[in-house]
Amino acid sequence: MNEIVKKTKIAEDVFDFWVHSPSVSKEAGPGQFVVIRLHEKGERIPLTVADTRPEKGLFRMVVKVVGKTTHELSLKKEGDTILDVVGPLGNPSEIKNYGNVLLVGGGVGIATLYPIAKALKNVGNNITTVLGARTKDYLIMVDEFKKISDVLLVTDDGSAGMKGVVTDAMDKLFRERKFDICWAVGPTIMMKFCTLKAREFGVPIWVSLNPIMVDGTGMCGACRVTVSGQIKFACVDGPEFRGEEVDWDELLKRLAQYREQEKISYERFLRAAGESE
Amino acid sequence: MKNRKTPMKEQSPESRRRNFEEVALGYTLEEAVAEAQRCLQCPTHPCVSGCPVGIDIPGFIRKLREGKLEESYRILKSYNNLPAVCGRVCPQEVQCESRCVVGKMKDSEPVAIGRLERFVADWAAENLEEEVKPLAGSKKEKVAVVGSGPAGLTAAADLAKMGYHVDVFEAFHKPGGVLVYGIPEFRLPKGIVEREVNYIRKLGVNFYLNTVVGKTVKVKELLSEYDAVFIGTGAGTPKFMGIPGTNLNGVYSANEFLTRVNLMKAYLFPEYDTPIRVGKKVAVIGAGNTAMDAARSALRLGAEKVYIVYRRTEREMPARREEYHHALEEGIEFLWLTLPIRYIGDANGNVEAVECVRMELKEADGSGRPRPVPIEGSNFILEVDMVIEAIGQGPNRVLLSEFPGLKLNEHGYIKADEDTGATSVKGVFAGGDIVTGAATVIKAMGAGKKAAQFIHSYLTGEWNPWQK
Ligand SMILES: Cc1cc2nc3c(=O)[nH]c(=O)nc-3n(C[C@H](O)[C@H](O)[C@H](O)COP(=O)(O)OP(=O)(O)OC[C@H]3O[C@@H](n4cnc5c(N)ncnc54)[C@H](O)[C@@H]3O)c2cc1C
Ligand SMILES: Cc1cc2nc3c(=O)[nH]c(=O)nc-3n(C[C@H](O)[C@H](O)[C@H](O)COP(=O)(O)OP(=O)(O)OC[C@H]3O[C@@H](n4cnc5c(N)ncnc54)[C@H](O)[C@@H]3O)c2cc1C
Ligand code: SF4
Ligand code: SF4
Ligand code: FES
Ligand SMILES: [Mg+2]
Repeated sequence: MNEIVKKTKIAEDVFDFWVHSPSVSKEAGPGQFVVIRLHEKGERIPLTVADTRPEKGLFRMVVKVVGKTTHELSLKKEGDTILDVVGPLGNPSEIKNYGNVLLVGGGVGIATLYPIAKALKNVGNNITTVLGARTKDYLIMVDEFKKISDVLLVTDDGSAGMKGVVTDAMDKLFRERKFDICWAVGPTIMMKFCTLKAREFGVPIWVSLNPIMVDGTGMCGACRVTVSGQIKFACVDGPEFRGEEVDWDELLKRLAQYREQEKISYERFLRAAGESE
Repeated sequence: MKNRKTPMKEQSPESRRRNFEEVALGYTLEEAVAEAQRCLQCPTHPCVSGCPVGIDIPGFIRKLREGKLEESYRILKSYNNLPAVCGRVCPQEVQCESRCVVGKMKDSEPVAIGRLERFVADWAAENLEEEVKPLAGSKKEKVAVVGSGPAGLTAAADLAKMGYHVDVFEAFHKPGGVLVYGIPEFRLPKGIVEREVNYIRKLGVNFYLNTVVGKTVKVKELLSEYDAVFIGTGAGTPKFMGIPGTNLNGVYSANEFLTRVNLMKAYLFPEYDTPIRVGKKVAVIGAGNTAMDAARSALRLGAEKVYIVYRRTEREMPARREEYHHALEEGIEFLWLTLPIRYIGDANGNVEAVECVRMELKEADGSGRPRPVPIEGSNFILEVDMVIEAIGQGPNRVLLSEFPGLKLNEHGYIKADEDTGATSVKGVFAGGDIVTGAATVIKAMGAGKKAAQFIHSYLTGEWNPWQK
């Protein structure tokens, strides 16, 4: 159980894993996630189910190294196991035939977007995808998206596709064509600005929120966000919400609540890793 | 005969307020026997009717004072699968001990039944090589148990003893429910829960951890693969005040705070990865057991000052007296008749103060308790850098939202027959906090026990409440 059967580095600091877990691979739908714990002293962190192969009992997760736990995970090798994997959690995306759909993915959020894109495609939507990253080296899964949609690339420095940010591309597309709905998945700040852009053009938008979680089953309230003025638990009420209704500034602040401890934890880990090398 | 309970040694308040080790240290054999001598062995033994699982209290006490500890333990264990847990956390003062004849005499305290139960269970853990036979699986019927809190554990153990094949599904990575994620180490060492769970494993019960029924395993699948299902998913959804500032950083639900500290061992950060804030000045809202646990844990993490903020008074406080006294001894300050109305944050969204208003008590409300009413103009600011809301919990939702046909009551808990645990769905039983709302460990165990009996009656075909 929970064996890593395949691991690939797909971009700077980004790792693509296929993990054996028949139940997750069988039940997971687009937009859902797992919570993992690496070892007895580990923390619980949520990661999106980026793809599944139910016939082999495998599911995929694409992980960006940002701190201690993701770094530790990135050091795992094929054949290693993850102590705990629980899922799929959260609600699946609302997949139906909307017509013309614009998908916007940033950074590792691109991986979250992938199963949503596939499912939307399967029910007959016409899909356009904007994929953004800092530079060409951080862009992931471009070929996979090209197979199912029209793809527009955007990088901060112009090393691939358009130079700029994803909202520039949204602006361009919204001026050219009519979209019935859009999805934005990526860093919180990106989703906030995508929401503003979508609102500007009156296009409804789904976003996938990534607040700090503990259990992922509705029992702690760590993941609470304000949506339409009400407290919602992202793990059981989401993780997808309509962007127009989200209190973004509150979420941004909540994401920073353990910065100090996260730094201590990561530095301690890097020091120990350095000593053992 | 002495009219007071034999005192139990405790860590001194000065030392224990900074560590997570157990507060109460337990009896020695001499102390336990001395306490057992206080029992009158009354023929009517009213104490028994105060115990939700009906333990033969005079029986186990008699064996204890005769020095037959193993026999004493056998008696306990035949009624209660978790004696070491119940001896520690049962609110005995309102259960068994409240009915004890000795306690009814003038100026006399009841027999310390809970302490004796704890003593015998701890003695057994240290001195008995438990020969547990795997009893599960001799019958062909399969029962699924959802949730491994006290209700689920009890149902599972009893059904296994009857020979059923029992699979327990638990969402968390550790079995035990509130016993592992809620009640702190200093009141209930986690090793004890582990020991009791291991015993149930040895009976042949399978535990599927990290398995959320409704998500990892679909309800439909469960219903088709098992002959009966017991639901004991608890009341773990935290409620929030919802006042301005509720989502500021540093405002926790007690569940989050306690889960981080207990289950994830955040008090050992950074050795353990899960972070926790260490507040200097902490306000805990509410005055139930959960509030006491949160307040005393915050203190142990290193807080300089911990307040309990409660809108009623000491008299209406739902916490156990014993825990209240422990909290007082440890230096926790109680602000009675005080209601928070707003949390105030700094520019980064960190809580830095609570605005409160003073209350006065007016005539009783629907719950029979005096109704607290704000005193106009009595607002004041309490400076704090951390808040823990412990104002109650609702039903756990993951399963309920995925279970068509399962009838709920007006509060969102599962509607189940009080005597049998039978729900609206054929072959499905429920018990514990998911039926009653937040209650007690032993009540949840009682519900698990009863349900196990009726699951047995149902599976043998003797009884079928769903038959039209
Ligand atoms: C529903 C959901 C799906 C996610 N899917 C993916 C994914 O597919 N790939 C991916 O790379 N990342 C994903 N994340 C984010 C991932 O959980 C965090 O990057 C990870 O927890 C960071 O852990 P760390 O110890 O390496 O870094 P840390 O240094 O501990 O944290 C870095 C930052 O990550 C966030 N974070 C920390 N702990 C948690 C936590 N317990 N829960 C959520 N966020 C946290 C905080 O904002 C923090 O500042 C997802 C988050 C959520 C909520
Ligand atoms: C902080 C705190 C202190 C307390 N102190 C005391 C005390 O001193 N004395 C006392 O008698 N009582 C105390 N209580 C109350 C007591 O703990 C509860 O009444 C009791 O634990 C209820 O047992 P239960 O089996 O119904 O549910 P829980 O103990 O809540 O267990 C439910 C389990 O089900 C799991 N679960 C939920 N949904 C699913 C799903 N879909 N699939 C799989 N698993 C699922 C949960 O993860 C959990 O492990 C306290 C409660 C708290 C929160
Ligand atoms: S289980 Fe609880 S109520 Fe029953 S005898 Fe033991 S301490 Fe008393
Ligand atoms: S009521 Fe008290 S004295 Fe009587 S049998 Fe029970 S414990 Fe003993
Ligand atoms: S992560 Fe605990 S309630 Fe959502
Ligand atoms: Mg971390």
